[in-house]
Amino acid sequence: MKVRIKVWRQKNADSQGAFETYETPTLNANMSFLEMLDVVNEDLSMKGQEPIAFDHDCREGICGTCSLVINGKPHGPHRKVATCQTYMRSFQDGETIVVEPFRAKPFPLIKDLVVNRKSFDQIIQAGGFISVRTGSAPDANSVPVPKINSDLAMDAAQCIGCGACVAACKNASAMLFVSAKVSHLGLLPQGQPERERRVLAMVGTMDELGFGSCTVTGSCEAVCPKDISLDFIARMNRDYGYALIKGEPHRNSAED
Amino acid sequence: MATLNSNLPPGPLGQKWEKHKFSSKLINPANKRKFKIVVVGAGLAGASTSATLAELGYQVENFVFHDSPRRAHSIAAQGGINAAKNYQNDGDSVHRLFYDTIKGGDFRAREANVHRLAEVSVNIIDQCAAQGVPFAREYGGLLDNRSFGGAQVSRTFYARGQTGQQLLLGAYSALSRQIGLGAVTSHTHSEMLDLVVIDGHAKGIIVRDLKTGAITRHVGDAVVLATGGYGNVFNLSTYARGSNVTAIWRAYKRGACFANPCYTQIHPTCIPVTGDYQSKLTLMSESLRNDGRIWVPKKQGDKRAPHQIPEAERDYYLERKYPSFGNLAPRDIASRAAKEACDDGRGVGETGLGVYLDFSDAIQRLGEGKIRERYGNLFDIYKEITDEDAYKAPMRIYPAVHYTMGGLWVDYNLMSNLPGLFVLGEANFSDHGANRLGASALMQGLADGYFVLPATLGNYLATQKPDQRPKTDHASFRDAEASVQSTNRRMLASKGSRTPASFHKELGKILWEYCGMARSEAGLKKAVQLLQALREEYVVNLKVPGEEGGLNQSLEQAGRVADFIELGELMCLDALTREESCGGHFRVEHQEEGECKRDDEKFAHVAAWEFTGVGKAPVRNVEPLTYEEIKMATRSYK
Amino acid sequence: MKVITRLWRSSLGRKFLMALTGIALWGFVVGHLIGNLQVFLGADKLNAYAAFLKSQPGLLWGARLGLLAMVGLHVASAISLSAQNKAARPVDYGNGLPPHASSYASRTMLMSGLIVASFILYHLLHYTLLVPAVNLSGADFAGYYQKLTDGSERHDVYRMLVIGFRHPVVAGFYLLSIALLCLHLSHGLSAMFQSLGVTRFTRLGRDRFAKIVGILIFVGYASIPAAVVLGLIGKEVVK
Repeated sequence: MKVRIKVWRQKNADSQGAFETYETPTLNANMSFLEMLDVVNEDLSMKGQEPIAFDHDCREGICGTCSLVINGKPHGPHRKVATCQTYMRSFQDGETIVVEPFRAKPFPLIKDLVVNRKSFDQIIQAGGFISVRTGSAPDANSVPVPKINSDLAMDAAQCIGCGACVAACKNASAMLFVSAKVSHLGLLPQGQPERERRVLAMVGTMDELGFGSCTVTGSCEAVCPKDISLDFIARMNRDYGYALIKGEPHRNSAED
Repeated sequence: MATLNSNLPPGPLGQKWEKHKFSSKLINPANKRKFKIVVVGAGLAGASTSATLAELGYQVENFVFHDSPRRAHSIAAQGGINAAKNYQNDGDSVHRLFYDTIKGGDFRAREANVHRLAEVSVNIIDQCAAQGVPFAREYGGLLDNRSFGGAQVSRTFYARGQTGQQLLLGAYSALSRQIGLGAVTSHTHSEMLDLVVIDGHAKGIIVRDLKTGAITRHVGDAVVLATGGYGNVFNLSTYARGSNVTAIWRAYKRGACFANPCYTQIHPTCIPVTGDYQSKLTLMSESLRNDGRIWVPKKQGDKRAPHQIPEAERDYYLERKYPSFGNLAPRDIASRAAKEACDDGRGVGETGLGVYLDFSDAIQRLGEGKIRERYGNLFDIYKEITDEDAYKAPMRIYPAVHYTMGGLWVDYNLMSNLPGLFVLGEANFSDHGANRLGASALMQGLADGYFVLPATLGNYLATQKPDQRPKTDHASFRDAEASVQSTNRRMLASKGSRTPASFHKELGKILWEYCGMARSEAGLKKAVQLLQALREEYVVNLKVPGEEGGLNQSLEQAGRVADFIELGELMCLDALTREESCGGHFRVEHQEEGECKRDDEKFAHVAAWEFTGVGKAPVRNVEPLTYEEIKMATRSYK
Repeated sequence: MKVITRLWRSSLGRKFLMALTGIALWGFVVGHLIGNLQVFLGADKLNAYAAFLKSQPGLLWGARLGLLAMVGLHVASAISLSAQNKAARPVDYGNGLPPHASSYASRTMLMSGLIVASFILYHLLHYTLLVPAVNLSGADFAGYYQKLTDGSERHDVYRMLVIGFRHPVVAGFYLLSIALLCLHLSHGLSAMFQSLGVTRFTRLGRDRFAKIVGILIFVGYASIPAAVVLGLIGKEVVK
């Protein structure tokens, strides 16, 4: 099969970008989408043109590096997979495929299809952790965790931090990403002491970085390669409301 | 000749680590603040050590070539992490984990290192659980375990099929906390391109900012490399595309010894190759072998569909050859057995390079629901890639390059022969001998990062004056930067006709053919010649589009492939000189009915190669392996 | 007050404000509907109800001011959040398709909300402030009185309503606005659970609840102008 790809090309953040259209060489339907781009890039290189810059690494859907908006949808046509797990058999022979970078103000473009998702790291740095020094942990079995909690925490913890939720959202909201981390840690007994501080800090940082708010359109959940549920957003809202009304942790608010 | 002093502490095996910790030098808190540690990599080892060193009070600078410290390929480990907790009461102990690991490594690892690994394994689980890693649990709320290859006890802790991801995110969260506190400076999109050695000590690195192309110098009182393995030298592997040897290779070229480069692990359960375009092989976790049965048809060239082949005409070859371990035989053995079956013309699938991994018995015994619960995500991955439903028909699997046991040589303190250079995780050679057992890589990365280096680093720093780091305008920094610049410019200026990717493919084919699952003297000699020719062609016939400034992924790749080609030659040389078979290194001349035949008289040692110049023969240094506690035995899983 | 500033400062806080004021406004929409449906019971019932409300000025004005404040907060939060959202996503995708998997109602909340707000303004001018210029029929609603048997008079709300809705343009505008209000509610009611963090019910259940309530409210409100236009009620009323 062969396809035509209409790709966003932009030299760097300061220059003007535009779509360019390329005819691919003959492809195998079992190729992954990224392998198709590899083939196109080899072709471009041989012709003396600059290959298309795109992010990728593990190519098995777990590192969260690959991005791309394919025909208007982050991570391509299928549910619950990343771009690297999208195969050419999902496209028609001769089809024109539009390939764009993730678009969001907090994800500034670096080149072509590569954007900078540092803002996600900054949100985690604000509070996406349990403060536990190496060596200070008690025996792992001394804190039992109900299976239902640990399973739900795992559902949230599967987030790969790819940013598709932000890219899909008409508001470029990071709520699904933030809520997954807040819920993961908030569902575990180990995460309780910092539960309120964490949600306040992470949401505050998210706002500062310029992400939009959630209008519950559900786009994020629909494109999430790890099928993270919108319910985690509701869970975070509840935690946040509670923490906000309580205000800054105070000695008198210590619970008996 | 380099001096290889392993610095093993004296005393009985079980007490070495305790004693060593006590006799190790401490740095007082006021001085810790004055020491700056450069850490390259943020996988399990790099992230955990950056976080822990910062907690201790050191200034830490962390460098990753990824866009975030959460992306390292540790994240892809599926199955689990071993620890001698004996929560299952099935007879496990530190000593048993130690013994299984030494035996699994075919008696080619350092006894004391492996024992230490088994000792700290229990602390790792505690640490990770406290960080909020959502390990699988039983209804009582306590941790669940599964069994894994090379062991007869259930000691593997797991988080669905994404254990590596969860452990890495735990370490990343600890690191993020320190970044947020300002104790760690994080440099993303920053690739280390050279090591700076001053008066014989590692004192800094040269880094290229991948976004801007800027080359910068970074100084530290010590340099820690936690940059992972080099399996991508084979081009097709289960590694991430970005995984590379560059950091440790350039350290090798600055004087660090490279130990046992030929020890590579071929994982038995990967999805078979389908075409030449392929960029990546996908692993199916070894945990599948708990419930899946591996077989091929007894008849050669049997092209019937699997369900049409009656039970009597199937060869469950692992169960037949290794009745006591069966499908859970160690990776090297299972891989070689699959290769044998395929070489014998009994392979399945279009290419004949595949064997069946069949779940029908397990589904009958436990029901599809239970299997879905245990392995659902793996079956999904399989479906995604092959478009086949493994609940209905058996999976087809074939071995693929998965891990490299070799790496930079380090002593008991994890310091290389270059003082001040520490190497952690898969990047070093230390704990797995000639073959790594499943669920041990995560254990080693975290052991090195959380518990070993933070305890041993003081031994080096105590010999250094606080706040007396060299300045970055030192001649060695200038020279290293100039060398990086000129290498990059030379590659960009080269007006050849082949891309780095095309060289990489050719390199991979040569190594897989001659330095893969079975190696022979003639093959290895031929490979060395081919690789020398390839290296020479690379200089004159390379084509790298783009510019020096800004993001240039072709240039990044060109540098990495150049290093891989040089490494490939060293691997073949190492394989050629190690005239025995052990673990993942199988020399066809040295076997007993297809099983490895070690030569403990001549080769019970580590081979640590020392660089003497490109195109010049490297020096083979030797560190003898002496076993005080256990007796070397023929590894048997029968 | 500190809580309000804390709420206002964060995007999630403003979502809470929207949800809380949304609940109050929804409550009003339901109460107002129940009151108005008395039109089907005849002029006496409706006028008596109106007179009762007027006889409680404290309650009436309290409710009116409260509702106004709610609308104000609801709209202000919406506009401020929308500005933030727009800034967060300055570039659209090239294929021009709406965001994946999003519903029409969810994408148009700001527009449906603003149109409904302008409708409320009209509605107030029309039936509360009784400005003759907006009723298009040239009548002076303020002069409509019903004589009671004891000789006293009260405002003839029934007649006003019937005459008001007899104008097809006015009736059409009401129908359209009610439809938009219900579209707004069909997403807003479900999103409200989400914003307040109620996870008790499944999302499917919440969505269904919101849709059904939206439809019921539409049917209820639309029935009044529709009944007038179709001549099912108020035939006896002459201009």
